[in-house]
Amino acid sequence: MKRYSFLELAKNAFSAHQNWGRQWRAPEPKAEYDVVIVGAGGHGLATAYYLAKEHGIRNVGVIEKGWLGGGNTGRNTTIVRSNYLWEESAALYNHAIGLWQNLSQDLNYNVMYSARGVLMLAHTVHDVQSAQRHIHANRLAGVQNEWLTPEQAKEYCPPLNISRNIRYPVMGGALQRVGGTARHDAVAWGYARGADALGVDIIQNCAVTGIRRTPDGAVEGVETAKGFIKAKKIGVVTAGHTSVVMSMAGLRLPLESFPLQALVSEPVKPAFPCVVMSNTIHAYISQSDKGELVIGAGTDQFVSYSQAGGIHITNHTIDAICELFPHFRRMRMLRNWGGIVDTTPDRSPILSKTSVPGLYVNCGWGTGGFKATPGSGHLFAHTIAKDEPHPINAPFTIDRFKTGRLIDEAAAAAVAH
Amino acid sequence: MLLIYCPYCQVKRAETEFHCGGEAHIARPSDPSKTTDEDWVDFLYTRSNIKGVYAERWRHIHGCGRFFNAVRDTVSDDFLKFYKAGEPMPDLNALAAEAGK
Repeated sequence: MKRYSFLELAKNAFSAHQNWGRQWRAPEPKAEYDVVIVGAGGHGLATAYYLAKEHGIRNVGVIEKGWLGGGNTGRNTTIVRSNYLWEESAALYNHAIGLWQNLSQDLNYNVMYSARGVLMLAHTVHDVQSAQRHIHANRLAGVQNEWLTPEQAKEYCPPLNISRNIRYPVMGGALQRVGGTARHDAVAWGYARGADALGVDIIQNCAVTGIRRTPDGAVEGVETAKGFIKAKKIGVVTAGHTSVVMSMAGLRLPLESFPLQALVSEPVKPAFPCVVMSNTIHAYISQSDKGELVIGAGTDQFVSYSQAGGIHITNHTIDAICELFPHFRRMRMLRNWGGIVDTTPDRSPILSKTSVPGLYVNCGWGTGGFKATPGSGHLFAHTIAKDEPHPINAPFTIDRFKTGRLIDEAAAAAVAH
Repeated sequence: MLLIYCPYCQVKRAETEFHCGGEAHIARPSDPSKTTDEDWVDFLYTRSNIKGVYAERWRHIHGCGRFFNAVRDTVSDDFLKFYKAGEPMPDLNALAAEAGK
């Protein structure tokens, strides 16, 4: 792997940046892998990277139906935070925050993690109580989160409208300073390049069409568009399509897939210093380094794989944005799109072994999986390599729906659901 | 935004008049005390989450307020059939074939 550095940048400037070379190979699949990861999104690529780096398992194939990072990894609103309510969640998302801090250095790839702060607004007495409860729970769990009065919130985010005469006036907000944004594509590319350099094969444009099992029930390999690939272990990381892929092994999961929308405005000069979200009136906004306002809308109410949501869902979010930030009222929206998110009944992910020996699943991140990408991959790699979960993801089993030990996260996304 | 037909009101209305009630034809266990944990998981949480033709419940919440069922293709979001609650699930494969799905 060619290490990227200032010297390398200067050297390549002389050839007009035409000779950087490929960042990863485009190999043909081998006949057999120790581990096959289905899905080359951020979580899948991170899993492969940590399998190779931390567990010495380098005979790994990542099989992807489309192109890497082309699903929800490239469709989300790039927010990073860890201010979840329950201890299990706090540990899970804080594990990711820890990895985000040095991810660019670790991958030798600029993922543009920017800890610009995530401000979650409260508009009602109930919101204030709920936010305070989160802050106290977070403090006990070692997660940074603090309360701001409306005036302090305005100071932190000057475009915010804190006047008392709007429909849902701002009564304060919870600020997590280590929260922020990261460049989603760079995360996928950085992990892909790192994993590839360690010997992982990333096989794109190769749909998995079946999971073959031995007579005793264990996994034998995957049927793909490029033929059968033998595998000792299979990790499924296919987000919205998890139910589809897992049904190939005869498993049914507590998941439903919904379209979740996002949109960006035309690019403008830096005008918005942080991330602001509001559960109650459903606004969710930040500004990318390119200058676009990045806005997250809600999910549709019905199961769909259409990657396109209803326009009334977007309108609802825009209404809220226009009231909270009146000076954006004349902004033009450039693009909007949908991604398919797999949600669990308790809005917490599943990072778990399954009843099929050798088959593992990492799913259910719902409306907020991007923030967890490094932690998710790190823990899932551990689960696959050791055939048992890491203590942090041990509570996130499929079995919790039977035992009743749900991890009920209303804060799973800044969107109401 | 979907256009949905209410089989009670016999009108097509915008999706915002309706609330989706999730997968249809999931029967509550008839003898709860004899139902195993696995069966409770199936009833409460497990969903087929089908990519393709699928039956789901809708409620005309800003109209007659009644529940009914619909068959929809979850890839194109096209509705293939609407029918009243209590009617048996139609043959999804036949409906899909008829619609060319």
